[in-house]
Amino acid sequence: MSGVPILSLMTFLPAAGALLILAARWSSSGQHAGHDTGVKWIAFIVTLATLALNLVALTQFDASQPGFQLVERVAWGAGLEYHMGVDQMAMALLLLTNFLMPLCILASWNIEKQVSAYMMLFLALHTLMQGVFGAMDIVLFYVFFEAGLIPMFILIGVWGGKNRVYAAFKFFLYTLIGSVLMLVALIFMAIMAKTTSIPELTAFAQQGGFAKDLQIWLWLAFFASFAVKMPMWPVHTWLPDAHVEAPTAGSVILAGVLLKMGGYGFLRFSLPMFPDASAFFTPLVFVMSVVAIIYASLVAFRQTDIKKLIAYSSVAHMGFVTMGIFAGTEQGVQGAIFQMLSHGIISGALFLIVGVIYDRMHTREIAAYGGLVHRMPVYAAIFLLFTMGNVGLPGTSGFVGEILTMAGTFPVNAWVTAGAATGVILSAVYALTLYRKVAFGKLENPALATITDINAREWVMFVPLVIGTLVLGFAPMIALDFTKASTQAILAGYDVFAGR
Amino acid sequence: MGFEPIIVLAPLFAAVVAGLGQRFIGDKPAMALTTGVLGLSLALSLYTFVDYIWLGGEARLIELFKFIDVGGFSSTWSIRIDTMSVIMLVVVTSVSFLVHLYSWGYMAEDPHRARFFAYLSFFTFAMLALVTANDFLQMFFGWEGVGVASYLLIGFWYDKRSANDAAIKAFVVNRVGDFGFALGIMACFFLYGSIRFDEVFAAAAANPTLVLDLQLFQVPAIEAVCLLLFIGAMGKSAQFFLHVWLPDAMEGPTPVSALIHAATMVTAGVFMVCRCSPLYEMAPYAAAFVTIVGAVTALFAATVGLAQNDIKRVVAYSTCSQLGYMFFAAGVGAYGAAMFHLFTHAFFKALLFLGAGSVIHGLHHEQDLRYMGGVRKPMMLTWVMMLIGTLALTGVGIPGTQIGFAGFFSKDAIIESAFAASETGRTFAEFAFWCGITAAFLTSFYSWRLMFMAFEGKFRPNPDAHHHDGHAHDDHAHHGDHHHAKPADGVAPAHESPAVMTVPLVALAAGAVLAGVMFAPMFLHGQADQFWRGAIERAHDPLNPSGGGHGGESAHAEAGHGDTHAPVADPHAAPAEAHGAGAEDHGGGGHHVPAWVMWAPFFVTLAGFLLALPLYFFSQTAGATIARVFAPLNAFLSRKWYFDELYDFVFIKGARALGDFFWKTGDKKVIDGLGPDGFASVSKFTARQMRKTQTGFVYHYSFFMLIAVAAIGAYAIWAGGGLP
Repeated sequence: MSGVPILSLMTFLPAAGALLILAARWSSSGQHAGHDTGVKWIAFIVTLATLALNLVALTQFDASQPGFQLVERVAWGAGLEYHMGVDQMAMALLLLTNFLMPLCILASWNIEKQVSAYMMLFLALHTLMQGVFGAMDIVLFYVFFEAGLIPMFILIGVWGGKNRVYAAFKFFLYTLIGSVLMLVALIFMAIMAKTTSIPELTAFAQQGGFAKDLQIWLWLAFFASFAVKMPMWPVHTWLPDAHVEAPTAGSVILAGVLLKMGGYGFLRFSLPMFPDASAFFTPLVFVMSVVAIIYASLVAFRQTDIKKLIAYSSVAHMGFVTMGIFAGTEQGVQGAIFQMLSHGIISGALFLIVGVIYDRMHTREIAAYGGLVHRMPVYAAIFLLFTMGNVGLPGTSGFVGEILTMAGTFPVNAWVTAGAATGVILSAVYALTLYRKVAFGKLENPALATITDINAREWVMFVPLVIGTLVLGFAPMIALDFTKASTQAILAGYDVFAGR
Repeated sequence: MGFEPIIVLAPLFAAVVAGLGQRFIGDKPAMALTTGVLGLSLALSLYTFVDYIWLGGEARLIELFKFIDVGGFSSTWSIRIDTMSVIMLVVVTSVSFLVHLYSWGYMAEDPHRARFFAYLSFFTFAMLALVTANDFLQMFFGWEGVGVASYLLIGFWYDKRSANDAAIKAFVVNRVGDFGFALGIMACFFLYGSIRFDEVFAAAAANPTLVLDLQLFQVPAIEAVCLLLFIGAMGKSAQFFLHVWLPDAMEGPTPVSALIHAATMVTAGVFMVCRCSPLYEMAPYAAAFVTIVGAVTALFAATVGLAQNDIKRVVAYSTCSQLGYMFFAAGVGAYGAAMFHLFTHAFFKALLFLGAGSVIHGLHHEQDLRYMGGVRKPMMLTWVMMLIGTLALTGVGIPGTQIGFAGFFSKDAIIESAFAASETGRTFAEFAFWCGITAAFLTSFYSWRLMFMAFEGKFRPNPDAHHHDGHAHDDHAHHGDHHHAKPADGVAPAHESPAVMTVPLVALAAGAVLAGVMFAPMFLHGQADQFWRGAIERAHDPLNPSGGGHGGESAHAEAGHGDTHAPVADPHAAPAEAHGAGAEDHGGGGHHVPAWVMWAPFFVTLAGFLLALPLYFFSQTAGATIARVFAPLNAFLSRKWYFDELYDFVFIKGARALGDFFWKTGDKKVIDGLGPDGFASVSKFTARQMRKTQTGFVYHYSFFMLIAVAAIGAYAIWAGGGLP
């Protein structure tokens, strides 16, 4: 099997699926009954097959070996090359992506508008997201990183809610500014180092290739892009709007995968390539992280729209990720990676939970609900579990990420840790209040009197997520042991604070 | 691996099966399963206790699997068996089992009783995980686990807004404590490189002058760790400032109040401080803080208890107050007395709660003392049980003898410890002593007030029987079918509770009578060294210091004590010998307190009783009259010193205002105003364009990106083709 380019296969399989849907549409003109269902099945099977390929790839992957594996490298000429490979961190994020995608297709089963186009976009997005985590070449990375925005942009703009144009515009504006700066920095680096390969660039940087003053500028350029993606305060305001307007599956991918690209970028580029600048800017990142945690939690507390509330809670939870990454300790970075995986599962699940009642009631207003536990006991139980995950309760994956990032930051700065720890209190406030308003109380809205509990499709959607959050909550070493080698490799190059 | 994992994990298994499988197996099997499993857990716990205490069982550690291990931040799922944990195993499983049993009667008509039993069992699992932890992280796991179980059980009747709010309040206030606890764990890890108890204690003892550098200032490491951990204890054990959640928690069903909010969960903070006694002994400032907070709480909660009319809230404030006693005992170094009071309190306070529940049940969910009275005759057994509970709580006994109820042994030991510690110059010990004496007087008064108002005199029916507002009421499914014999004049139309409820009362009453006299020699006196085997730090125990080693790892201090001390006039001492301790291992009695100190609790308790008599026993109206005459004071007390109002104003309104400010001003005006919306004209123009062409923007965007990518390549080639 070693000759098989498995990474490329799994990356481009969804794109092939998209072409298949296109072909099916052309051949049948999309008219006959059941066409849309067929398209959904194609998409579902393709994403499942991608997940299966990912698991095969996992068997060929040595978790203990640092550096990139499953490497594929083909020169394209003109200095450009196709260069793919993964380390443990990338593999973990790929698994998260491929784990969430089939669930997203299931969550999209009720889409009726232009199903073929919708599924094609989703599959294209799937390929592009995998490409981001699999790319070992900065040009390739940049193409995947930026191109991934396009399908998401269209998904929001076409299948979104009332305010979709404004949301799409905001999304676009923020990410555009970030990407222009990153592009300039990438070009500059490629010229200086005479390579576009990520490991070679990293080696170049760690031999002192980029002087400290230069690092500062390069770091800022990358930061502009990644901070928007995370999103960090104060460039977070696109996220609530994008989430609110996006269709359910779009929100799941946005929260579950796209936000992780920022954290991935920090770990792949900022820390290893610009260690001096990262150390220099650590106080800034710490302050932004703590502000994000407190600020976003308080804003979440005041939301009347369920999706907006969860979106703000994402901003707060991403604050733990940035804090942990820049703490530069093993606990901090391991915790940050874990928090990204955990947040992918928990926030993804929460958006699906909103989707379930949105499908039934077509409103996201908290006030429209109340007493759902009477009609939907299973739903209420699942909602409760993920609420607790959001709150960071031990036994769910949410706890491990928070405690590790805090434990990793305390030695660096106790005050920052204390500030972040207030998030532990505030998350309980907004998450439990939301749960009380939606699930508890008497069933007073007459429109809810006939609402039905989750159906078979939704069961299939939630069960993997429930298992995921509990397994990672009770046995987090499964993930932490896996990502250990890549974390240590990243930190080996980030020994600025060797004295710690 | 022995049977110990079964003790901890079996309740979890039962909870999962009962919770998830209830719709398939039905209510009764789910209840039977959880109760039966708790019975098994109890039997194994008792075996462990007996084996460990009397049959020479080893202190041991059963490691199950690695929970977290990242760069030395390491926690292993373990079951630690030592004196501390075997005491707690017995307390937790016995009260939990009895509460399970009692709930068969109390919750008989609740449609969700299987869920209730599942929660109870889940709680028990989390509490057992807490007390058997070998490191701070597992303890924190259990700590948060009991918190969520408490949240679920307080809000068990989820239709009630007040119950939901109380549940959230409990969780959030506990989280304030957990904030401190979590930081304490991290400080431990940073300073001592470990979060395992023994390693932390050893590292702290090896480096007592270590300093935590907080950039702005420096603090002694041990003090910082102890203070942070204690914030956690304050939250969980409802101490002053963080006590506000406990009275509201009475919204939960009464069996929950007995198990969680009296006997077990709220004592977790005391347990934690005692578990960390080697640290607190090296942290005089933190210990002084513990003393002050405990003493203030003991007194404060007792004053509030005077003016409450809800029977459960009286008992709740009493719990709060008794927890204060335990803390100031720990603060003055009397960890043995603190644990002993925890142990006896579990029995008599659970008894009082379940007794109160029986009254509430008998009176069809009336909880207001003003609408009780005349309950003694129809509920004779409950009355006897409550009487025993009251005698135990108020600590009735004859000083200088071994005659007394459980609280007599443990509470008097605490008060005497505080006095003895003050004589050795322990900071704030004298303050704690006087708070303790005063609170003992108040305890006696409010306890007898409760007894008289509930049981004596004539029945005072609630004029407003079906519109209870403003109070916490157990409104579990109404019994429609009780046959009431026409009660005699002035006798309440109550019925005695079924045997499934009264048998647990009797069992707990046995504990309330015997736990003190049986275990005083072991927790406190002659056999204490052999009993504790170093599980708590006793080198500075004010009453009975261990003559042995010093520091947490010194463990088995068995030798060389007592000889230099004057022989005992300790009131409990002589009979302790009769209990077989033998004079030579009777640790020399330690400190000798004067007779007036020994007798002071006796007299103030008597005074409280005598004062309550004319106000509530001989007169039906005197109490109410007093309350009217001192209306402002009464309001101040019954509104709990206005803590809720203050917190509502500062924290809840504050959070709302801040949240709105950040949202509407921060996000919308400043960030969006300067950012995306700042290009207002651009944005409007763009929006118009986009409405026309829907996705026109995307094409521009992707076009831009393609150009950009092309530019990289072009530039690279132009730059000299230096690329490989």
